[in-house]
Amino acid sequence: MTGTATRTVPRPGVRWLRRALRNPTLIAGAVIMLVVLALAVFSPTPYDPFAQDLDHGLDPPSPAHWFGTDQLGRDILSRVVAATGTDLRIAVLAAVVPFVVGVAVGLVSGYAGGWLDWIVGRVVDTFVAFPFYVLVIVVVFAAGTGERGIYVAYALVGWISYARVIRAKTRSLCRQGWVEAAYGGGLSHTRVVGRHLLPNVLPQAVVLLMTEILLIMVAVVTLGYLGLGVQPPTPDWGTMISDGQLFLTTKWWVSTLPGLAVVTTGVGLSLLGDGLADVWRLR
Amino acid sequence: MNTLGSLVVDDLRVSADVELVHGVSLTVAPGEAVGIVGESGSGKSLTLRAVMGLLPRGVHRSGGRVQVDGTAAMIFQDPLSFLDPLARIGRQVAEVCAAVGRTSPRAARVRALELLESVRLPDAADLARRYPHQLSGGQRQRVLLALALAQEPDLLLCDEPTTALDVTVQREVLDLLAQLRAERRLSILFVSHDLAVVTQVCERVVVLRGGRVVETGAALDVVTSPASDYTRSLVDAVLPLPVPAGGGDD
Amino acid sequence: MRWVGRSLLSVVPVVVGVVLCVFFLIRIVPGDPAAMILGDQATQASIDALHEQLGLDLPLGTQLWNWLVGVFARGDIGTSLITSQPVAGLVWSRAGITAGLVLLAVGFTVLLAVPLALLAATHAGSWLDQLVRVVPTIGMAMPAFWVGLLLILVFGVNLHWLPVGGVGTGPGEPLRSLVLPAFTVALGMSPPLVRSLREQLLEVLDADFVVTLRAARLPRWRVSSHVLRNAAVPTVSLLGLNVAYLIGGTLVIEKVFAINGMGALLFSSISSRDFPVVQGIALVLALVVVVVSLLTEALVALLDPRIRAA
Repeated sequence: MTGTATRTVPRPGVRWLRRALRNPTLIAGAVIMLVVLALAVFSPTPYDPFAQDLDHGLDPPSPAHWFGTDQLGRDILSRVVAATGTDLRIAVLAAVVPFVVGVAVGLVSGYAGGWLDWIVGRVVDTFVAFPFYVLVIVVVFAAGTGERGIYVAYALVGWISYARVIRAKTRSLCRQGWVEAAYGGGLSHTRVVGRHLLPNVLPQAVVLLMTEILLIMVAVVTLGYLGLGVQPPTPDWGTMISDGQLFLTTKWWVSTLPGLAVVTTGVGLSLLGDGLADVWRLR
Repeated sequence: MNTLGSLVVDDLRVSADVELVHGVSLTVAPGEAVGIVGESGSGKSLTLRAVMGLLPRGVHRSGGRVQVDGTAAMIFQDPLSFLDPLARIGRQVAEVCAAVGRTSPRAARVRALELLESVRLPDAADLARRYPHQLSGGQRQRVLLALALAQEPDLLLCDEPTTALDVTVQREVLDLLAQLRAERRLSILFVSHDLAVVTQVCERVVVLRGGRVVETGAALDVVTSPASDYTRSLVDAVLPLPVPAGGGDD
Repeated sequence: MRWVGRSLLSVVPVVVGVVLCVFFLIRIVPGDPAAMILGDQATQASIDALHEQLGLDLPLGTQLWNWLVGVFARGDIGTSLITSQPVAGLVWSRAGITAGLVLLAVGFTVLLAVPLALLAATHAGSWLDQLVRVVPTIGMAMPAFWVGLLLILVFGVNLHWLPVGGVGTGPGEPLRSLVLPAFTVALGMSPPLVRSLREQLLEVLDADFVVTLRAARLPRWRVSSHVLRNAAVPTVSLLGLNVAYLIGGTLVIEKVFAINGMGALLFSSISSRDFPVVQGIALVLALVVVVVSLLTEALVALLDPRIRAA
């Protein structure tokens, strides 16, 4: 007797993909980010972003220079595109260490409870008391301006957001009782945390990661504007906006247009995060 | 003929994304107490809410007719969450009195205290100054009763009012309900998943399952000789108290 | 009243933590602060001299002790390297303007975020709700300082409505000069607040007690007053949580609008490498945030009797 019909039930991965493809927010965010990523990686600049042309400084947007030129005659569009690579790269890299550290701390603190949790709680409260930019600025001041300072600042400070959220989520998961059952059933602590708790907190952590990358990117740009971030002549949206402030009233394009690039990237990241949250049913 | 307090529900349908109540019909005669029983998800609460016109977000009445003769008031299951946590008891009751009677705030306060006393909450003046979380479950349920009575209802809808209470407290609240019903000639529609409670309070019973009426009749009849298997299973599920084997003590 | 005692007690470790944190933050980062301050041209001799002046040559324990004693016993949070004035005095002189800006910004934030969140929550699911939900997505992607520049462009230049730089001395000042910067800060703060507030409001709107109130056929305005009072609790809580972020944002915006407050002091100290001032500002601001958080908790306890009972 042959011919046993096998009904194929889509594996969870495939189901997820279908849901993802049907979510307009996720699609929109992904499309924008793919474009931004392409710009960052391939950097298709019409002109050399560093090439100065002092005869053509501060030209308004024209067919030759879609975004106009800055005070040194450099093509703004090229610089904006080049800055995409810089700013996005820094934001993503700076987000890695806080993500790992923050999730780890949140998991362990939420799972262990007791005095460990209390200490972590106090540390978090302490850091949270500092206005965020003040903290970053102080660390950048001490560690040196530029990329390195940003990485150090975020490694020291950025893990807090994850720790709070993941800790709360871990605690609520632990309260559900199956965690105790797993541990009572003979699994070691590391196994419970690693194989059972971690996969359950990961979706929320990843959605938070999208928001954090966005916040870091805005902070990188802000630091650039303040002169504490990426240093010239490396193109950076923040320094470009700062450069243009002197001529804001007359040559508005120097400061305004780089900002649009920030907003676009930011919206892409936001949509991506919101879309993921929708698909993973977190909203 | 006095029809105050009568209720006619005809082919009631309630839907959210899908239909949840599929054409429920029942009646309550003036002064009668009718019970609705069934498991969770049978649509009992939704039916009550539909009669009051208070369906939750996303749920709406999709068909049928509801006709109430007179004023209908409702009491709920978990009085802690059904009372405003930030307002004192006396104030909450007085507000309803003021709205119903269109009286002055002082007169409303006096009426509120009267009502609290009529639901067997002694020391009403002191209680009126407290907040919901400072009262016991039984006291809170009586407050909900007072709120309902403030509306001078002819029909009282009860959505599992004793489910969240301790058994001894249950008894007191049910006694109070019976007393008030007699005093004010109320009609009652009483929803519960607890058959024992329903048969104590009501003369007639409606059995719901999956949003449909499965059986209806006099309470005693339905319980002693259920017509449907489902009803029988509900009856059987009520655990009896153990009887000592053999005779009693000699 | 026992509650007050307990709150104060829980704040003490945070205050201690903040003071310690400020101390270590500068020192924990790789690199020599003295070398940082003096820059590339520094000679070893000048570095050593600065070490001595700052007390960096003392053992760490002694440095910590001196710092703690200075802060808690004398209210001494350092001396400026540039002007040799006590940092505390410098900070105090700028505090007024920044405080005014922050308060105005809080006001604008409430005026912006609360109605929007209320609108979205009461019309949940409708196009209005969707529209309001889009706002945070776009808003969070806009750097506040850039928005400030745009506002300067529009309001100051083209429309000549409001002053766009510095703090004037004419009629309506300094309020008039602070309007645009405060509004900018509020625009930056509102998006995440609208999102959280909307969620909290939805919870209140769907609460059981609202059903009781509606069942009793209370007039709409009475029901709304109950709802609003309940909604005020998480709102105040949320605002308090965001105070730190608000203050940080204000400092940056001060630079955009050339306001001579603590932000200006912070940035000028950074460029002149005046690290005691930087350190002092960080300390003061953190302590302000702690105090404001405490006050917020007190306000919430005042509003919600359940918290008083706990």
